[in-house]
Amino acid sequence: MTEPALLSVKNVSVDLPTPRGNLRAVDQIDLNIGAGRTLGIVGESGCGKTMLSRAILQLLPKKAKLSGRVMFDGQDLVRLDPERLRKLRGRSLAVVFQDPMTSLNPVLTIGTQLIETLQEHLELDSVAAKWRSVELLGAVGIPAPQQRLMQYPHQLSGGMRQRVAIAIALSCEPKLLIADEPTTALDVTIQAQILDLLAREQRRRHMAMILITHDLGVVAGRTDDVAVMYAGRVVERAPTPVLFKKMHMPYTEALLAAIPKIDAAPHAPLPAISGRPPDPTRPIQGCSFSPRCRYAAGRCYREKPLLAASESPDHQYACFHPIQVTAGVCA
Amino acid sequence: MMQETQQSQRDPLLKVQNLVVEYAVGGKTVHAVSDVSLQVARGETLGLVGESGCGKSTLGCAVLQLSQAVSGRVLFDGHDLTAMHGDTLRRMRQRVQLIFQDPIASLNPRRRIGEIIAEPLVISGVKDPKKRQKLVCEVLSAVGLDPSLVIGRLPHEFSGGQCQRICIARALVLNPEFIICDEPVSALDVSIRAQILNLLEDMKARFGLTLLFIAHDLAVVKAVSDRVAVMYLGRLCEVGPSEQLFAHPAHPYTALLIEAIPVPDPDVRPAESVPVGEPPSPIAPPSGCRFRTRCPRADQRCIDEVPELRPVAPDQYVACHHPLIAAG
Ligand SMILES: Nc1ncnc2c1ncn2[C@@H]1O[C@H](COP(=O)(O)OP(=O)(O)OP(=O)(O)O)[C@@H](O)[C@H]1O
Ligand SMILES: Nc1ncnc2c1ncn2[C@@H]1O[C@H](COP(=O)(O)OP(=O)(O)OP(=O)(O)O)[C@@H](O)[C@H]1O
Ligand code: SF4
Ligand code: SF4
Ligand SMILES: [Mg+2]
Ligand SMILES: [Mg+2]
Repeated sequence: MTEPALLSVKNVSVDLPTPRGNLRAVDQIDLNIGAGRTLGIVGESGCGKTMLSRAILQLLPKKAKLSGRVMFDGQDLVRLDPERLRKLRGRSLAVVFQDPMTSLNPVLTIGTQLIETLQEHLELDSVAAKWRSVELLGAVGIPAPQQRLMQYPHQLSGGMRQRVAIAIALSCEPKLLIADEPTTALDVTIQAQILDLLAREQRRRHMAMILITHDLGVVAGRTDDVAVMYAGRVVERAPTPVLFKKMHMPYTEALLAAIPKIDAAPHAPLPAISGRPPDPTRPIQGCSFSPRCRYAAGRCYREKPLLAASESPDHQYACFHPIQVTAGVCA
Repeated sequence: MMQETQQSQRDPLLKVQNLVVEYAVGGKTVHAVSDVSLQVARGETLGLVGESGCGKSTLGCAVLQLSQAVSGRVLFDGHDLTAMHGDTLRRMRQRVQLIFQDPIASLNPRRRIGEIIAEPLVISGVKDPKKRQKLVCEVLSAVGLDPSLVIGRLPHEFSGGQCQRICIARALVLNPEFIICDEPVSALDVSIRAQILNLLEDMKARFGLTLLFIAHDLAVVKAVSDRVAVMYLGRLCEVGPSEQLFAHPAHPYTALLIEAIPVPDPDVRPAESVPVGEPPSPIAPPSGCRFRTRCPRADQRCIDEVPELRPVAPDQYVACHHPLIAAG
């Protein structure tokens, strides 16, 4: 990438002290995302997706220890003072969580929350802020937005609440939106509508977006690049079409195979991944996927494979025995 | 009206007839299940899908007489469960078991796994502790857990996937004929989900089970079901053989559900979904067809008349005035 990235995560690790010992939730992650691009982050529950997004936002639990750098728009967020950080988070860096109630205040009306955000960050007067709120609620597909301003979050359905959370996140025209499983708690029909809404707004505003999910199906048609995470690390990263056509990591392959396919015959056995992810307080020697990997052999049990480029520099993977690699190209 | 003609004529183990279940909430009535009829043949898996709140769990509970039906009948192996009480009902119920969505919450946190699985045996009168122990060990091995490592431990020491295995073991220990699986994999990760679905399929074959498999994920339902029933806001929309239903959905709602499934293939650009809005409240369901407020095909007739379930293809039935496939 010649253009400097909008966000660049450099060697970021997150450690959490737990009664069972130190838990490394995020392990030496490097990631870049350019302005206006979309990045999907995919992985099983507990692999560190939320901790990574919290590390980017500087919203980690108090006891967490962060190392590395998070460069956003020319500034290192890790070293930014709290006041500037707070301004940045409301303005150019926005987030939508899985549970919209995490970002909404239950005792304030939708209108108050939107208007306050707009007034604080865009310095609009109250009439302009109200007018803009109605416009935003309309844009995220909320019928009768005028009346909704008066309602409290609990008076809305889950899908509507997520739309409001998105409206608030978009209200200050952020440069980057982090959406952490924005549709996992919603029904399929609502899920499709919310994902479309995010994609539409992302394109329209030329905003960069990180879409976090455990479902490879969700990122397939909706992102430019995908990073697959396992046990706190990025284990494969590629432009989305490349990843799906020619994945190199056995874990990516297994994750895709395990999804029930709509065109599969009924009662066809699913290729499940045996076992489960390692306990993050008990680091595994060698490749952390080795206990579950059907290609594991020799070196996999002794050394940790590092993320390295394949034939093309923008496709990287961490594996000693990659699949579908053209002979001779890879060491 | 009774749909006696409905569905496979093969020996039905479960027959639900015109079932109505309502809840009273603050002086209002929630129409949770409205006039639903369906059958499950011996040895088959019937999948039941629909959005959150459409009445799937209520239907499952009503089959077990855990929620009180306003009207309608539930026939199990020819016996009307709605007319049974006390010991007769209890004995009948042992032949039907239930597996829940949240495996961890459905296990008593203070009891050891061995006791949890033996409990149904105690209740059903297996007095000999040795015999109980033997049955518990057998069933734990069957679900892929090592009895010696598991029996003495507490639920919190296990992952979600392992807890679901334990729940399945508990459901199997009385050797039931019929299992209602209420979203057994919804709370699990993709990888663990596949393990549990495979396990359910194995257990079904091994113990000759009949399953009612409830889920909101169509792809999951298709993976395990012979036939699929689609519910919307308390009513049945469509029922038919899995492959037929997915290849040729007749109800506009079934088509919408299929379209909304994310496909793990970047070449399949998701079609910009039609802004179909959200389901209305079951306290005041729309007149006529309950799907009409979100249906692109709705017309005056859909407002005036409740569509009855009728055949459109062999073994496929739809409740719609303007189905996507013409009756053959
Ligand atoms: N507040 C916390 N204190 C200690 N450990 C935590 C805390 N929050 C999360 N963890 C642990 O950190 C690891 C990473 O968790 P994280 O929430 O980032 O996973 P995730 O990929 O977002 O999973 P999910 O898909 O379930 O949301 C897990 O092992 C989790 O148990
Ligand atoms: N005990 C109850 N009292 C009052 N209303 C109830 C009760 N149980 C369920 N309901 C309501 O009845 C309707 C059907 O609920 P049910 O739980 O059967 O739906 P479901 O299809 O299983 O949904 P989900 O996918 O969320 O589990 C919903 O509107 C629900 O709010
Ligand atoms: S390094 Fe070895 S164990 Fe790890 S994914 Fe590759 S083949 Fe499997
Ligand atoms: S009956 Fe009418 S509203 Fe209902 S699904 Fe059919 S066309 Fe749509
Ligand atoms: Mg998370
Ligand atoms: Mg339910």
